[in-house]
Amino acid sequence: MRGTIPISVEQGPRGITRWDALAVLLTLSVLVFVAEASRHLLQPLAELQRTPLSLAPEYLPEYAARTTLRMLLALVLSLIFTFIYATLAAKSRRAEMVLVPLLDILQSVPILGFISVTVVFFMSLAPGRVLGAEFAAIFAIFTSQAWNMAFCFYQSLRTVPVELQEAARTFRLSPWMTFWRLEAPFGTPHLIWNMMMSMSGSWFFVVASEAISVGNTTVTLPGIGSYIALAIEQQNLRAVCWAIGAMLIVILLYDQLLFRPLVAWADRFRFEQQAGVLPPRSWVLDVLRHSRVVAVVTEPLARLWRRTFRWSLFHRAGVSVAPPRKGGRWADWLWNVFVVVLALLALWQVATFVSASITWSEAGNALLLGFYTLTRVIILIALATLVWVPIGVVVGTHPRLAQFIQPIAQFLAAFPANVLFPIAVSAIVVLKLDPNIWLSPLMILGTQWYILFNVVAGASAIPSEMRDVGTNLQVRGWLWWKKIALPAVFPYYVTGAITASGGSWNASIVAEVASWGTTKLQAVGLGAYIAQATEAGDFPRIVLGIAVMSLYVVIVNRLFWRPLYWYAERKFRLG
Amino acid sequence: MSDALLEIQSCCQAFPKADGEDLLVLNDINLMMKDGEIVGLLGRSGSGKSTLLRLIAGLAQPISGKVMYRGHEVTGPAPGIAMVFQTFALFPWLTVLENVQLGLEALGLPEAEIRQRALAGIDLIGLDGYESAYPRELSGGMRQRVGFARALVVHPNILLMDEPFSALDVLTAETLRTDFLDLWIEGKLPIKGVLLVTHNIEEAVLMCDRILVFSRNPGHIIEEIKVDLPQPRSRLEPAFRDLVERIYVAMTARSVEPPPRVSSDRFVGMGIEMVLPRVSANAMSGLIEAVAGAPYDGKADLPVIASALRMEDDALFPVAEALQLLRFAEIEGGDIQLTETGKQFAEAGVDDRKKLFQRQLLAYVPLAAHIHRVLQERAHHHAPRRRFLDELEDHMAADAAQHTLRAVVGWARFAEAFAYSDRSETFSLDNPS
Repeated sequence: MRGTIPISVEQGPRGITRWDALAVLLTLSVLVFVAEASRHLLQPLAELQRTPLSLAPEYLPEYAARTTLRMLLALVLSLIFTFIYATLAAKSRRAEMVLVPLLDILQSVPILGFISVTVVFFMSLAPGRVLGAEFAAIFAIFTSQAWNMAFCFYQSLRTVPVELQEAARTFRLSPWMTFWRLEAPFGTPHLIWNMMMSMSGSWFFVVASEAISVGNTTVTLPGIGSYIALAIEQQNLRAVCWAIGAMLIVILLYDQLLFRPLVAWADRFRFEQQAGVLPPRSWVLDVLRHSRVVAVVTEPLARLWRRTFRWSLFHRAGVSVAPPRKGGRWADWLWNVFVVVLALLALWQVATFVSASITWSEAGNALLLGFYTLTRVIILIALATLVWVPIGVVVGTHPRLAQFIQPIAQFLAAFPANVLFPIAVSAIVVLKLDPNIWLSPLMILGTQWYILFNVVAGASAIPSEMRDVGTNLQVRGWLWWKKIALPAVFPYYVTGAITASGGSWNASIVAEVASWGTTKLQAVGLGAYIAQATEAGDFPRIVLGIAVMSLYVVIVNRLFWRPLYWYAERKFRLG
Repeated sequence: MSDALLEIQSCCQAFPKADGEDLLVLNDINLMMKDGEIVGLLGRSGSGKSTLLRLIAGLAQPISGKVMYRGHEVTGPAPGIAMVFQTFALFPWLTVLENVQLGLEALGLPEAEIRQRALAGIDLIGLDGYESAYPRELSGGMRQRVGFARALVVHPNILLMDEPFSALDVLTAETLRTDFLDLWIEGKLPIKGVLLVTHNIEEAVLMCDRILVFSRNPGHIIEEIKVDLPQPRSRLEPAFRDLVERIYVAMTARSVEPPPRVSSDRFVGMGIEMVLPRVSANAMSGLIEAVAGAPYDGKADLPVIASALRMEDDALFPVAEALQLLRFAEIEGGDIQLTETGKQFAEAGVDDRKKLFQRQLLAYVPLAAHIHRVLQERAHHHAPRRRFLDELEDHMAADAAQHTLRAVVGWARFAEAFAYSDRSETFSLDNPS
């Protein structure tokens, strides 16, 4: 029993244990790495241009380190953004009216196309310094995670169990303390899971945002992404392979040093515990937990942290409940008008900006190109469904197989697909294939995994009684698929397919245009349109392309995916 | 007035309905609580007793009237009022010790005092050795002990208990109740008064010095009963049984009023504003059979049959009420007596039972009769769910309307009176064969 373990550990020698040594080593190496990678940030931009990138593999560790650091910073920023934005949306009814739909739109906007716009903005913040370009790259990664995370955390905040909220209120916890004792812990497991799932997207962005050319300015930040870009330019397949190897190692380290410990740590925040499922473990977390040095260092910090719970933004005696909502109708009305006016104003701004240099036929053309890309997305999702649903069901219903396959699939999913592009593109060039067809699969390379994961999760969630009934009544073959497996995984499949389709739209910007040395491959589609406009620095066309793409994504979501989702939830959700 | 621990002055509470009007859930509640009292709020679910508890806890504000705690009006969670929750409401990511410390941390006490008071509370409530356990590792009874310890360590004057034993099994609940009473009688608890919400009549008589019986629609106090029996009380004492019987009579006499019979000459829709209990036809058959069988022979004492069937009062009442509604039984003075139809039902086979049920349903449940008539009048014998839901929502809250509609669908399916398809959300006279 747990109760028999003494709370204070006093036995054993007072010296440093091997846990301590390991923990100190881990911490120091992380510190050195951060210092090394951030040393270059304040350098003037000219310095960067004077030391060109090298394809020699011995430089790769440094490049990888800098890419990783960008990722880390963006993660921290996303987290801060999430806490503030989601809390605001969940606590204030008026803020919610604006913030939630905004998040919904931001999630559908292909931010990849916006990188060029943001580069200009961030460069102006720190003129002539590397910092500005770094900010732009970090912002790009931030956009690939922040909306998702904020939305997920907002939903968690909305579903905090009422009795816990009431307990927090009757024991008069301050809002600050309620957030850290109740709301943040409740949302944590979901949030970390969400962060992990959007990792592949983030790597994708970090790679895409390191070598950007807008019009005639080209900024190349040292990193794996720019290394690959250079390798493509020089048609160096060996360097591409080196980069892929480095990426594999980076992802492995990220997984082992960051996410696995986080997931294992967050397990205690899970609200409902499934019986019979082993809690996740991580050797790094074990090391940190066993080390007395870590305990000695963190204890005062924890104490300091608890001290902040005594702060109260409002006077403690004045904690009061909101009076029943009677008035405020007028204020609501005014607020609505304000929001509508603001939205119209923004719309008008965009319209005038775009219409100044774009004709109706141009807009029609963009719509048509969007239709081509839409066709690609539909076909690819259908193909991925045909491939991954049966495999997912088989894996999910065989726990042994799942145990073996799951980590591999997770690893593959975290891998940024665009790192693999050069290999595919060089093959297309050499074999002289039609880019309109053969570039398309690249769009779904990174996003297909969502379908697999969700289907596996759905299949393993089929209650064993239900499977036993099937066996007992000798339901086999096609009947088994039709009556048991497919209905059971359907809601999960829809969730995965929504994510996959959204991601594919985004990826089309990178996937519909590809180059290998001086050869340029191009498919006809909206993604290629945006990519070209970006390269030419043609802002009205970038905005038009993005607007059309957002329109497609929103319409497809509203008219197809969302009804399908509700149908699946109503009809097939178990329990 | 100054010696009152808590005083409630003509409190009313209401919640908004779908049509924008307010639904009154508490009507003119007056209550005065003195030092050293355990006061019970007893009533069926939906009688507003938990709502009243939330008003006292400062989790909500009454629409009229006042809650006064030691001479001051309660406008938010007050120091000195702590609550024990039905579902424990423990923070799953905090250990037992951390959960107990929560309220003390919020008070901003020094760390040493927090620890000392929390450990003392854990000791008092019998949780020694469990300090570093997480709630999920504990049984229900132990979890509720944590809930008690957490409330007690802040040294409240008033302890509010919202059905604290109803999520526990019978034996665990009994142990916890006894332990709590022992501590209370020995004066070891740092509290001055207890307000206990319960739907269990015996629990109220076991624990309380005074019981306020609540009735529904809207919630109001129908009777105040003083319990003078010395502690510890025994369920077997005649005086105890008499008191339980008396409360049963009080609760059945006024809460169950026979509804008017539907007749065709009244206008359509008359009586559909009745909120129907969600009771399955199977549960009704079961109770009819039990009352018809030996040793009751068609007439039984409600407390007796409740304990024979091992049913909580809160589970038995709705079934009995549904039987009364359909004229299968009469309820009076704490007794249930089968009508002629009820006896016929007990004797009949499956098909005849369905016919009887259909007859009674269409005759005495206005909503069922109304739906049936609408379906017959329409040429294609179909009608959307929305049509009836809208009608119901004019008379009751949105969720009550949904429950009522679901209840009538369940009965109509058993009676084969009409059909309902959840997929298309339509009622019809179709009979799949």
